[in-house]
Amino acid sequence: MSEPELKRTPLHAAHLAAGARMAAFAGYDMPIQYPDGVMKEHAWTRTSAGLFDVSHMGQARLAGEGWAAAFGAVTPGDFAALKPGRQKYSVLLNDQGGILDDLMAARPDGEGLFIVVNGACKDEDFRFLEARLPAGVRLTRLQDRALFALQGPQAAAVLAAHVPGCLDMAFMDSAAMTGFGGVDLIVSRSGYTGEDGFEISLPAAEAARAWDLLLADDRVRPIGLGARDSLRLEAGLPLYGHDVDPSVSPVEADLSFAISPSRRRRGDFPGAARILGELSSAPSRARIALKVLEGAPAREGAVIVDGAGVEEGVVTSGGFSPTLGHPIAIGFAPPALCAPGQRLGVVVRGRTWPVETVALPFVPHRYVRRP
Amino acid sequence: MRFTKDHEWVALDGDIATVGITAYAAEQLGDVVYVETPEPGRALKAGEGMAVVESVKAASDVYAPLSGEVVEANPGLAGTPETVNAEPESGGWFARVRIADRAEYDALMDRAAYDAFLETL
Repeated sequence: MSEPELKRTPLHAAHLAAGARMAAFAGYDMPIQYPDGVMKEHAWTRTSAGLFDVSHMGQARLAGEGWAAAFGAVTPGDFAALKPGRQKYSVLLNDQGGILDDLMAARPDGEGLFIVVNGACKDEDFRFLEARLPAGVRLTRLQDRALFALQGPQAAAVLAAHVPGCLDMAFMDSAAMTGFGGVDLIVSRSGYTGEDGFEISLPAAEAARAWDLLLADDRVRPIGLGARDSLRLEAGLPLYGHDVDPSVSPVEADLSFAISPSRRRRGDFPGAARILGELSSAPSRARIALKVLEGAPAREGAVIVDGAGVEEGVVTSGGFSPTLGHPIAIGFAPPALCAPGQRLGVVVRGRTWPVETVALPFVPHRYVRRP
Repeated sequence: MRFTKDHEWVALDGDIATVGITAYAAEQLGDVVYVETPEPGRALKAGEGMAVVESVKAASDVYAPLSGEVVEANPGLAGTPETVNAEPESGGWFARVRIADRAEYDALMDRAAYDAFLETL
């Protein structure tokens, strides 16, 4: 039974009607899987189009004179250089250079930023941001908006029937547009699966109708959080609270791409001393990716050992890869051990199983980039 | 066949009990991707963890429904763990156990009692 205090997204009734198995996630009663099950939902997203309700995530607008500098004061990105129509992955940093959350920041129009943060820490994130805003910069939470992700090789063809403008977008483009018959949308060509696809913000009051319109297309099936996790793991994308937490720097997490060159030169972001130091030498730990060669799936907390059985690192996310047909895992280990092609072990329930280090992503990304 | 509230089943032939998880349990777990079966020769006490079954998302313990000595583990589950989903109450058996105490078997739920128990969940 669902806990009574759990929040509900605007699609809650639709999930129940579809026979979803629900569970608490980020304070919401969310669909973990539909009757298809994780394996089929995962494969469907990789081959056709999967529709995800991610309305639990935090959406906000940041605007007003000086918004770019204000957002830059808590992230390592150059947002003054982010052009209207584009989106950027970034991280909220604490003063030690640790990651408070990861996020997407977009410029769908000329009005400052549209920000999407993780559901589990959205209240903390927005309080943290608000407390650091100068006069004239406003953060407006968009609590009356739902958020969908439509992901997979058929996503663009499906969405084009309802949102014609989406076909003009490339990976990490963002645009305010109308669709589904005049509904105001914020659309980005991005996602959390490694596939081509879109993330669509829309008014909560229109969510159920748009959800049904998308699902009326035979190429689309609803996908739960279970497959969302296995898809993102195959894509090598970190999960906040598991692979990334406030002790982890962007360099350790293999997210150095989020540190803009101009910010590196200026060294003016929180925790710059630590982060610039890790960029110029090597961090004490780095992202490791493991293919489990035999045995049980290595899950979060499993110890990574060297050939002599000495503890070297830890798994932060692991599970079975439906696409590859064997278990995969990511974690932290000393940088020297993270290069692909090395034989290590993982300890699961007291038994050590052989693993090999591999390059990320486990399954190639299929983003549609501008030629 | 007898059943536990943890959704294991037991079929008894003489003093050899075949143990697995019920169709309900298999459905709840979803796609099984790995099964860790007990070593033959291991002495089991009723209620202790005897196996682990893993879906894409999570690992779950399987408890010994009765006490005894493991005489055989299902060799097929290593290569085709999905048998647990396809044939949970037949081909997807986990282990055969030489039981110590027939009374433990008699105390488990029969099919009607287990079905009634499922109705309460």
